[in-house]
Amino acid sequence: MIEAVQAWFQRLYETTGFNFTIFYDPYDWDRYVAGLRMTLLLGISTILISLVIGAVGALLQSGPSRLLRGLVNGFVVVFRNTPPLVQIFFFYFGLGTLLPDVRSADGLRTPILDNVQWAILSLSLFAGAFNVEIFRSGIEAVPRTTVEAAEALGYTRFKAYRHVVLPLALRVCLPALNNNLINLLKTTTLAYAIAVPETLYAVKQIWSESQNVLEMMLVLLATYAVLVGVLVWIMHRWERALRIPGYGR
Amino acid sequence: MSASDRKGPRSEGWPGDLPVLLPFAIPENAPPARLRPVHGWLLCGLAVVALPAWAQAGTAALSPLDVVVKWAPLLLTGFAFNVAISLMAMAIGTVAGIGLGLAMLAEGRVLPRIAWSATQVFRNVPWLVLLFFVMFLVPFQVTVFGIRVPLPDWLKATFGFSLPVMANVAEIVRGAVRSVPNTQWEAAESLAFTRRQTLWRIILPQCTKRMLPPWMNVYALIAMATVQASIVGVTEMLTLTAQVHAAEGGRPELFAPLYGFALLCFFLYCYPIDRLTAGLERRFETR
Repeated sequence: MIEAVQAWFQRLYETTGFNFTIFYDPYDWDRYVAGLRMTLLLGISTILISLVIGAVGALLQSGPSRLLRGLVNGFVVVFRNTPPLVQIFFFYFGLGTLLPDVRSADGLRTPILDNVQWAILSLSLFAGAFNVEIFRSGIEAVPRTTVEAAEALGYTRFKAYRHVVLPLALRVCLPALNNNLINLLKTTTLAYAIAVPETLYAVKQIWSESQNVLEMMLVLLATYAVLVGVLVWIMHRWERALRIPGYGR
Repeated sequence: MSASDRKGPRSEGWPGDLPVLLPFAIPENAPPARLRPVHGWLLCGLAVVALPAWAQAGTAALSPLDVVVKWAPLLLTGFAFNVAISLMAMAIGTVAGIGLGLAMLAEGRVLPRIAWSATQVFRNVPWLVLLFFVMFLVPFQVTVFGIRVPLPDWLKATFGFSLPVMANVAEIVRGAVRSVPNTQWEAAESLAFTRRQTLWRIILPQCTKRMLPPWMNVYALIAMATVQASIVGVTEMLTLTAQVHAAEGGRPELFAPLYGFALLCFFLYCYPIDRLTAGLERRFETR
């Protein structure tokens, strides 16, 4: 089966000149799959971390402390209005070089966070800033009376937030969240700029060695179309699973 | 019965629904995130904390603040170039996007399908990938009627940015036209307007107001995305920032202030647009 596919693409190259190396050259294929895996790692981890940042930020923003509210507001405003690429550079080059190095087991000096971790951190903060706003609008849609009812039942502020407010708010803001997470998945390509070997990076390596820019471009477009499609499908399923019965048409 | 009466003109939903089960509407009194004097104090505090670190930078070499001040004119020229790219991309993308959006609304079967798929493709592919696409697949010069027209890379980058703008504007146009009540179309038809006249003289003028805030949002996004051009080798602010860093001897403590300056420039440019958009959204609320 695999041999048949490889032979077919080899023949396609010989007869038409369309050189899809990744489908018959195991070395290129491995690089492509490694890139895809890195994109998935970036995508999934940043989505999860940014959701946590959004939830915690929205909790603090509705909290009693003025200082914390001010801090969260400032974080949201700054991260929403600056380019994510400059944020990544600022974190990776600016803050990364200010942090002290650690000595690894074999005596080499290595930075505390490597480029993949910095990319995850800065992309999560970027998307988290948007998530704070989204969750906040959802929380404000939960009526005051519901919170009061939870308080009357003896919930603490945090427990009421976790068990009552957040589940309701989440359902309200899912469409906006959907958009933001898709945007985040697309923004992971920016990690290319600090040499994180994700899909774009791997594909660029392949096309600069095999001289097949057009073919790999098509593969790249198809890859992201599929990735975004899968995320949209998952989010729609989730939306349907979370749907409150008796609501909507 | 009385319960459902009190809820007013809305027809969907059951009388006993919790308010949270009703369709979501952003509350009008929601205070959006915005800067207040307290943030100024926080920034001053940060600066005070950061100053000792700058003072340690040594006396022989320029302190990071001096470096930023010294190179600010060059960096600001780069920033102006970013703004120019974003404005051109926005102009091209808006014109093309209005065309694409109207094609999605056209009568017939084939044209709307094609326009719809083009919109979906250009919206769902990362901007950086589109940029690579244009940079690598568009030739560096084209021959028109025997005249060779060179295509410099900044021009190609502008085209690359106008593609996602086009798709987003097309969606905005489609959404805005769809939001105009059907009765407007019917009224125009009964006054013997043709379809084209209805669209240009009756529907689109009503849409412009609704399209303005999301259109400005797209502009803020594209202005922030122009820095990605540095990845494909266009000389703009980030490229210049890296060159300035190298020219100052590549000291690692310079990275944070230099990139911080870039962050500040974009923030000062995009934040007013963000506030203005939010203000317009509140004013134009058509509910």
